[in-house]
Amino acid sequence: MLEIKNLHARIVDDGTEIIRGLDLTVKAGEVAAIMGPNGSGKSTLSYILAGREDYEVTEGDILYNGQSILEMDPAERATAGIFLAFQYPMEIPGVATMEFLKVAMNEQRKARGEEPLKVPEFLKRVKEAAASLNMDMNMLKRPLNVGFSGGEKKRAEILQMKLLEPKLCVLDETDSGLDIDALKIVADGVNALRSPERAIVVITHYQRLLEHIVPDSVHVLYKGQVIKSGDKSLALDLETNGYAGVIGEAA
Amino acid sequence: MNMHAQPQRTLAETALIDAFGERLSLLPGDGAVMVKRDDAIEAIKHGLPTRRIESWHYTDLRRLLTSVPAFEADAIAKALEPVLEGSAVLPVLNGVSNAKLPEIEGVTVQRLSEKLTDGSVAPGLDRYGADDAIGALNTAFVADGYFVDIAEGAQLEKPIELQNLQSGGQTHVRLLTRVGAGAKAIVVERQAGEGGDALVSSVSQLVLDEGAEVTWLIVQEQPDTATHLAQFKAHIGKDAKLTLFVMNAGGRLVRQEVVVRTTGEGADFKLRGINLLAGDTHTDTTMVLDHTVPHTASTEVMRNVVTGKARGVFQGRINVHQYAQKTNAKMACNTLLLSDDGEFSTKPELEIFADDVVCGHGATVTEIDHDHLFYLMARGIDEKTARGLLVKAFVAEVIEELDDEALVDALEARLDGWFLTHG
Repeated sequence: MLEIKNLHARIVDDGTEIIRGLDLTVKAGEVAAIMGPNGSGKSTLSYILAGREDYEVTEGDILYNGQSILEMDPAERATAGIFLAFQYPMEIPGVATMEFLKVAMNEQRKARGEEPLKVPEFLKRVKEAAASLNMDMNMLKRPLNVGFSGGEKKRAEILQMKLLEPKLCVLDETDSGLDIDALKIVADGVNALRSPERAIVVITHYQRLLEHIVPDSVHVLYKGQVIKSGDKSLALDLETNGYAGVIGEAA
Repeated sequence: MNMHAQPQRTLAETALIDAFGERLSLLPGDGAVMVKRDDAIEAIKHGLPTRRIESWHYTDLRRLLTSVPAFEADAIAKALEPVLEGSAVLPVLNGVSNAKLPEIEGVTVQRLSEKLTDGSVAPGLDRYGADDAIGALNTAFVADGYFVDIAEGAQLEKPIELQNLQSGGQTHVRLLTRVGAGAKAIVVERQAGEGGDALVSSVSQLVLDEGAEVTWLIVQEQPDTATHLAQFKAHIGKDAKLTLFVMNAGGRLVRQEVVVRTTGEGADFKLRGINLLAGDTHTDTTMVLDHTVPHTASTEVMRNVVTGKARGVFQGRINVHQYAQKTNAKMACNTLLLSDDGEFSTKPELEIFADDVVCGHGATVTEIDHDHLFYLMARGIDEKTARGLLVKAFVAEVIEELDDEALVDALEARLDGWFLTHG
């Protein structure tokens, strides 16, 4: 489903190269974890997948279902089924959360040639998704993410993911800022989306989240490259021995 | 013999002076009113204000008012559906009030032409300062409008909508409202029109007695063939509360003046305004607020969206008089500039003669936040729609502060209408 080939990318503003020859393949049905120390390029990778303009791909390619997505803007990628759950979801004053959800769902439906959702059906879906994440509907009456706690923002991201039903989910440090109860709810939400047609990329710092979302593969990112890949035991190994061993091995 | 060198009159000045000569015999008013009219036209004969007059620095009326249309006797404007459902509508069509006045419990309505004829409104026709060109223009020509008297203690269930509608030519209207002690009301002042070249002057005067509470919404949606010169003047009495919402969403040359005075302790004034500016237009909102007594509060928030070649102005002057201790005043003006050819000028002024007050102001000019845009697009919302959402959000924030679902919905519907035609 996702094939990243020899990807090189830099920050547009100052030309700093962050991704330096990254290769990664994630198949449909797979949950892949990307781990790595601070500054290894994890968040940058997630932004590049979503199409943020602050980064420029200088070499290599990203294929999604065999097609390059480099020329697609963020909205086109999202409509094609790519979803990024942000590490720091943006607060947008003045945009009501419900209005935002409705526009996002219907814009995606429109792009796929589907009819817009009728209001009762839309409300039903939102209520169900919110209930499954233990979210108060009153929260959704507020402007988008405004005044939400860190944990509420992360839940809101997963809520959006459930409603938009993407094919490729990229979760950027979804565990940061969550207490253990919230972590469990969010992980359950993600697990419910596991399916043979869907790939999930979980970017995380710690093994903790992977106890709840058990990955099929684990990849260690360092200095903009995947330096080691393995199964879930690799994550356990990192937890015990830290990144130093793996980095030393690669160097 | 006149020893002054008269500057050459502009076409507009000449047209106004000639029109006064022609209209005079048709204008209602007793001797006192006629004296005010003569004074007013004398002021116009001295010339329309230019950029050399400080309060007109950003709106050089003499230069910008390039032509003045004739009066159109057979222009037919039609009353509109009110902005707020169920409102009692008081229409002024092409400068003429409705013959049939509605019955509203707790409210006495009179045609202004009658109050001009009997001279009872003469004292209110004075200009508020030497540079009050809008007041002068209106006083010279005003023929009709309404006087609305809301009885002491009346709690109006339905809003009142004052409509000043034109379909070309000149209209000069005055809308007077007195709100008795403890009364509560929502008033919409609708300024709109259709058709050709138009010159509108409209003066609203509002007096709030002790403890009265009013939300006043000015909805200005003139066509881009209209010059709209408007004034809103209010006195806010003891413990009275006025929320003024101004929405400018039309007009070729617009000046909306807001002249407010807190006259009793505990008076509270809120100004919330949105300017939606498009095309090759000029829109000026100028506020002069006097805190004259102790313990009064005011906040002003303006949000402006500038597209095309539009030019906008906000001048906010707060005078805190010497005895007005414990005044609390805050003013903010935020502009979203969406075009390289548009511009917005902001001039906040604080004149403080008391020593125990809290006053502040701030102004920003920004573009659309790219992080916000990315977030919305990352959810599949195309760039144009996402930008539209963010621009609307920028102004909707001020509307939502009104905290009244019916008002918020109605104003957001106007907003959507504007974005549909200008987005």
